[in-house]
Amino acid sequence: MQRPPINWPILLSLPTAIVALYSYPLVFVRWAATRDVPWVNLLLCTAAVALAVAGIRRSFRRERAWISKALTLIVAAASVAGAGLFVYKVMIVARELPESAAAPAVGQPAPDFTLTDANNQPVSLAALRSTPLAGSRAPRGVLLIFYRGYW
Amino acid sequence: MEQHLAAFDAAGIRVVAISVDDPETSRELSRAKGYTFTLLSDPDMKVIGQYDLVDPIDQVSRPAEFLVDAAGIVRWRNFAPSVYVRARPEDLLKAAAGLK
Repeated sequence: MQRPPINWPILLSLPTAIVALYSYPLVFVRWAATRDVPWVNLLLCTAAVALAVAGIRRSFRRERAWISKALTLIVAAASVAGAGLFVYKVMIVARELPESAAAPAVGQPAPDFTLTDANNQPVSLAALRSTPLAGSRAPRGVLLIFYRGYW
Repeated sequence: MEQHLAAFDAAGIRVVAISVDDPETSRELSRAKGYTFTLLSDPDMKVIGQYDLVDPIDQVSRPAEFLVDAAGIVRWRNFAPSVYVRARPEDLLKAAAGLK
């Protein structure tokens, strides 16, 4: 029996899925153009799934040992799972955020507070609003950036 | 944000970031990223709760920005739709330009 040609789609599908999943937090989050709508990673996910499907079709169309077909199915499943994991994590879970209906609205006063800065000194919002900036200029405002934290 | 700090300063805006991180972690973050603006620690989420930003699943603040004027009134706010998406500095600066 002649050895069938290498099933390159299935071989490419898993690395594509892995790149689709990991390149977002490691690379594409750095630029707003690829972060706000993760189109590059969604394209890679689509490619991974397409390659997995092509790989399965290739495998089952020809005379191949059953173990080759079984492995193809396993790799295809892993690729689809990888692509699915990206969609789940970035498009669904990352967007499951609270409503924040009681947050101070535009026109309402921002609740005053006192918190500790990185040098363990207490800092109040009132002080942030009034302490002069460099050049003895009175601040026109304070930008409060609430973030998740650093891991 | 650090890149645009000069623009915020020129606009008369003080930039402050708040999270559940303790001061030591904030120092580490500033050191790693080269941040020069103030980072405040709210480990008990007292202020995060006051501003109704608590993410109950992860017990951290959901990402959001508030522009407060010198009189203490909120003049602009933004709730990030995803934990990966932040307000663009250009939008923040445009909002800052609207302050007297």
